[in-house]
Amino acid sequence: MTNGIRGKVAIAGIGETTYYKHGQAPDSEFKLALMAILAAAEDAGIDAREIDGFCSYSNDRNEPSRLSAALGIKDLKYSVMQWGGGGGGGAAAVGTAAAAIAAGYADCVVVFRSLAQGQFQRFGAAAPAKTVQGDNAYLFPYGLFSPAQRFAMKTMRFMHDHKIERPALRALSMASYHHAQANPRAVMHGRPLTEEKYDNSRWIVEPFRLFDCCLENDGAAALILVSAERAKDMQHKPTYLLGAAQGSEYRNAAPAHNAPTYASSSFTSVAPRLYENAGIKPGDVDVVQSYENFTGGVLMSLVEHDLVKAEEANEFLKLENLVADGGKLPLNTSGGNLAECYMHGLELQIEAVRQIRGTSTAQVPKVDVSLVCAGPMVTPVSSCVFGSEATL
Amino acid sequence: MSQSYLPEGLPAPIPEGDGLSTPYWEGLKAEKLMVQKCNGCGTHQFGPEWICHKCHSFDISWVEAEGKGTIYSWERAWHPVHPALRAREEPYIVVLVELAGAGNVRMIGNLMGDPHQDVVIGSKVEVVFEHHSDNDPAYTLAHWKVV
Ligand SMILES: [Zn+2]
Repeated sequence: MTNGIRGKVAIAGIGETTYYKHGQAPDSEFKLALMAILAAAEDAGIDAREIDGFCSYSNDRNEPSRLSAALGIKDLKYSVMQWGGGGGGGAAAVGTAAAAIAAGYADCVVVFRSLAQGQFQRFGAAAPAKTVQGDNAYLFPYGLFSPAQRFAMKTMRFMHDHKIERPALRALSMASYHHAQANPRAVMHGRPLTEEKYDNSRWIVEPFRLFDCCLENDGAAALILVSAERAKDMQHKPTYLLGAAQGSEYRNAAPAHNAPTYASSSFTSVAPRLYENAGIKPGDVDVVQSYENFTGGVLMSLVEHDLVKAEEANEFLKLENLVADGGKLPLNTSGGNLAECYMHGLELQIEAVRQIRGTSTAQVPKVDVSLVCAGPMVTPVSSCVFGSEATL
Repeated sequence: MSQSYLPEGLPAPIPEGDGLSTPYWEGLKAEKLMVQKCNGCGTHQFGPEWICHKCHSFDISWVEAEGKGTIYSWERAWHPVHPALRAREEPYIVVLVELAGAGNVRMIGNLMGDPHQDVVIGSKVEVVFEHHSDNDPAYTLAHWKVV
């Protein structure tokens, strides 16, 4: 049964700042947020003062009240933060924004994310502390600190269960770098990746080499959502939201790595729900943006979204199958978190919209259905599907 | 144990303010591997919680688990994320061990021995306690070695 928002809400505007290497943004994180929101408003052809709702995720530090005061928002009607860390909430924030519009709580909602992590504590660095308690007490004393270290064992077990070899991970990394070479906005534009360069890169934590791991970057991104009816008269061809789903399977957050479905990207129950409520099948998907915190997360996301069979992963996950130009499953066509920018995956939502508009730097021919998987392996995770007018 | 597997200077585990995990950390100091067991339905549970996830009973005991298990997953960490780890020039191995004798709950520890060894999922392991008695606060870790 399809959900109540299918086709009712559209992405009217997308905006990004320049993407910078970690710590190199010349502007404050809050200013970056403002710049991205203004860019999205301009893209939508609206006055930013018309925005009446804000959604974000991963505890974005830039609060809607401050943004509203700074921008002179006339009437703030909706401000909702998606629970959970990492990039797991990216698609959920879009879904929540759409739900607000469909329900009539707000008319023009911006989904945004701003990161200038260098102005705060780095994600990959351990906080210096003499003691640790809670779930981390079972992890930190054994040298299990960073996201890479926390997720490597999920990937290791998944690869063991399905006899997946490391070249499959390499192909996922190569796809992102390949597409970044066509994208002048990408931080890794002009820095192509070869199989040799990948194979010779240092281990971060087995099974992840350096090029299996996301960047840390500075920048901001924003999407503006309005009702489908209103979007029809705006300056871009509307990109409709067909569905969004969030959550995670049974006891995913059981402490100290005790999740029953351990070797998972957390999408085993979310993905089937997404397809059901979006009214599409995996075979309908024309292009995929799948959040790369680590390539192992992409592998499991693609399998759990039934886009690749686990037993066929070694055979299928080759660069030629993942490219925009002629690939069977075009993947991460802007360069994604690995090679465009680690904007906690909001850059993937924007790229998914570009693919529907036909304006990507690695455009897939004839895109009607564009899927995004947000940050895998955390909880809750989320994914969403955008569609062209032909899908309605 | 005279020398710890990882360098000194990593955060010392302590119970939460509400004492939820105190029996586990105190158990390790006495070289006992303690896990929760529900008095209502017999379900084992780890990490600890205030309620049994199966039957919602709050009547939960701590029982000693046998210090034997199998490797459920593993990783070899190379990049020294914490400053204290930079003193170690070798990678280190983290294992996730499943305890068949305690309802298949899992625990994380380091795998003793050569950090470059081949690790095989399904290998049988047994617990090795590592005391940090001189640390303030004192604590004990549970590591594993292949049998
Ligand atoms: Zn019970």
